[in-house]
Amino acid sequence: MATKKKSTPKSDAALDRKLLHDMLLQRRFEERAAEAYALGKIGGFCHLYIGQEAVSAGTQSALRPDDYVITTYRDHGQALVRGIAPRAVMAELFGRVDGCVHGKGGSMHMFDRNVNFLGGHGIVGAHVPLATGVGFAIKYRGGDQVCVCYMGESVVNTGAFHEALNMAGLWKLPVVYVIENNRYGMGTAVERASAITDLFKRAEAYNIVGAEVDGQDVLAVRETMTEAVDRARTEQVPTLLEVRTFRYVGHSMSDAASGTYRSKAELEESEKRDPIVLFRRHLQEIGALTDAEYQKLDDELRAAVQDAWDFADQSPEPPLETLFEDVLVETPSDAMAGV
Amino acid sequence: MPVITYRDALHDALREEMQRDDRVFLMGEEVAEYNGAYKVSKGLLAEFGEMRVVDTPITELGFAGLGVGAAMVGLRPIIEFMTWNFALLALDQVVNSAAKTLYMSGGQYNVPIVFRGPNGAALQLSAQHSQSWESWLAHIPGLKVVTPGTPYDAKGLLKSAIRDDNPVCFLEGEMLYNTKGEVPDEEYLVPIGKADLKREGDACSIITNGKMVLTAMQAADQLARDGIHVDVVDLRTVRPMDVEAIARSVQKTNRAVVLEEGWEIAGIGAQVVDYIQRDCFDWLDAPVVRVHQADVPMPYAKNLERAAKPDVPKTIAAVRKVMYLD
Ligand SMILES: Cc1ncc(C[n+]2csc(CCOP(=O)(O)OP(=O)(O)O)c2C)c(N)n1
Ligand SMILES: [Mg+2]
Repeated sequence: MATKKKSTPKSDAALDRKLLHDMLLQRRFEERAAEAYALGKIGGFCHLYIGQEAVSAGTQSALRPDDYVITTYRDHGQALVRGIAPRAVMAELFGRVDGCVHGKGGSMHMFDRNVNFLGGHGIVGAHVPLATGVGFAIKYRGGDQVCVCYMGESVVNTGAFHEALNMAGLWKLPVVYVIENNRYGMGTAVERASAITDLFKRAEAYNIVGAEVDGQDVLAVRETMTEAVDRARTEQVPTLLEVRTFRYVGHSMSDAASGTYRSKAELEESEKRDPIVLFRRHLQEIGALTDAEYQKLDDELRAAVQDAWDFADQSPEPPLETLFEDVLVETPSDAMAGV
Repeated sequence: MPVITYRDALHDALREEMQRDDRVFLMGEEVAEYNGAYKVSKGLLAEFGEMRVVDTPITELGFAGLGVGAAMVGLRPIIEFMTWNFALLALDQVVNSAAKTLYMSGGQYNVPIVFRGPNGAALQLSAQHSQSWESWLAHIPGLKVVTPGTPYDAKGLLKSAIRDDNPVCFLEGEMLYNTKGEVPDEEYLVPIGKADLKREGDACSIITNGKMVLTAMQAADQLARDGIHVDVVDLRTVRPMDVEAIARSVQKTNRAVVLEEGWEIAGIGAQVVDYIQRDCFDWLDAPVVRVHQADVPMPYAKNLERAAKPDVPKTIAAVRKVMYLD
């Protein structure tokens, strides 16, 4: 069983730059998404990822473009890091035709086949067997890709999780199951929902590798994830990786950040370990980043997000005839011809 | 008479029945410390304690089954689904355990349980969170299926459901929780299986249930301005269905529009139309028209969602159609 990792800073300037970029992009994007929600430009459920950015940035940095990613309804950050354009994500949030699913899905259901992003899924636990199925398909085809399945910590209590991980362990499928343990499932703290709180230990029950890592330390996340991905790719050994993180916002837009199920003090304590602040500080300490460079990146990202907003705002609503499109695909008639 | 919200009506029903019968307990996600995802169970943990108001992990299949087991040996569980969309995970327990046990056990074990929570679409929650399940549940012998559309009915029917010795699926409406209506202070019950004529007219019958009762009433108001007065038959319970009430109304008006929130194919409306053709064939002056959700998963975009949902204009158009006005 792997254990806690501290970051072992390697000075890979391009990588550092990318990790910082990916984290800050998510933060700036979602700050504006919150604003758009308040203005009524975004509707329905909208679950922000603020505080968890090192998880997506760190884990996905260990992936290849042909690997697969699947996640929950808290999917904006994962989508952006995977490479779905901010314009397409924002337009989806605005319910417009240029959104990554043309306004059909909204906040919870980002998909993009071009980057093997298999979706944001709305039913807690339901996508975990899908990830196992993707792993099965990879093995079936003899490929060396990996599927990464993100989930909140509540998911480990669902039947689907248990069934899916048992099959992955039984059949040695190339899947990395990443628990984004942000301590709460809606208003329920992890210790009020799970009989054990070291969630990675559940790996033992499925004969797969369990590991945990500090989710606010992007380099540590990357390192631990790299091991897990290598294990899946080269040995077909699945991993259950528990990433300990925080969300600095409410569960969704209708939920306060603190005050009901967690105290203001607890929230503020967690904010001291803001992954972006920590990484920026680290880079400055090793002399890899100046204030001016950070400022420049921040300005660029704010501009990119503004551009996404403007694009989304100008994108038309989906045409009404699309209401009836994509319920079923046409099966080519020769496939249906008798033998 | 006091005017209260649908949410408070449900809350009061839970509270009164928990006070009345200590075998009644409430279990579900966020029902206790968070006071319910939609605040229906507000204050109940403080009043009844953690043995009777129980927060669960996200494990619908598990706690629905737990409820059935507890009911078999004498407790009277109320199992809250945060929404009925998530109850799909528990459907095996609802269908194969709750609905069948009395029959399979030759009448030895009844299952006095209530499965409840919001059903149907709210606003822009897209495909997985915007579904009406009453026709699925109504298909199953061994279940009762209740869909109150007003605060009065919500309270009276929930109390009846809790006292019922059978499994009752109780479908609320997220968009209804804040709606208000008269609810008496004194105790009352609304019987399961009885429809209610919510409005009287002679031109046409709108037969509906659940959240669509509001839509039907609004449509009826607008139609009245054009001198068209309709019956609004609120089924209230979709299994067992009040066949006599449907016939009474349609035999009077000779025309019917059936309005439901869910999809068309094998929907509740299909069953209502069957009852109408059986009992009112010789009375009908026009084919019955159905109003329902478009036959697609619910889209997110505002304009598409609006186009997909049954609403007041579509209901009015249907009434005008059966009256050969357009
Ligand atoms: C089966 C099911 N039950 C309930 C819900 C309602 N729900 C949505 S998110 C959520 C909490 C999930 O928490 P967690 O898995 O920790 O993920 P997080 O939101 O913290 O990212 C709940 C109860 C749901 N979507 N699906
Ligand atoms: Mg969580």
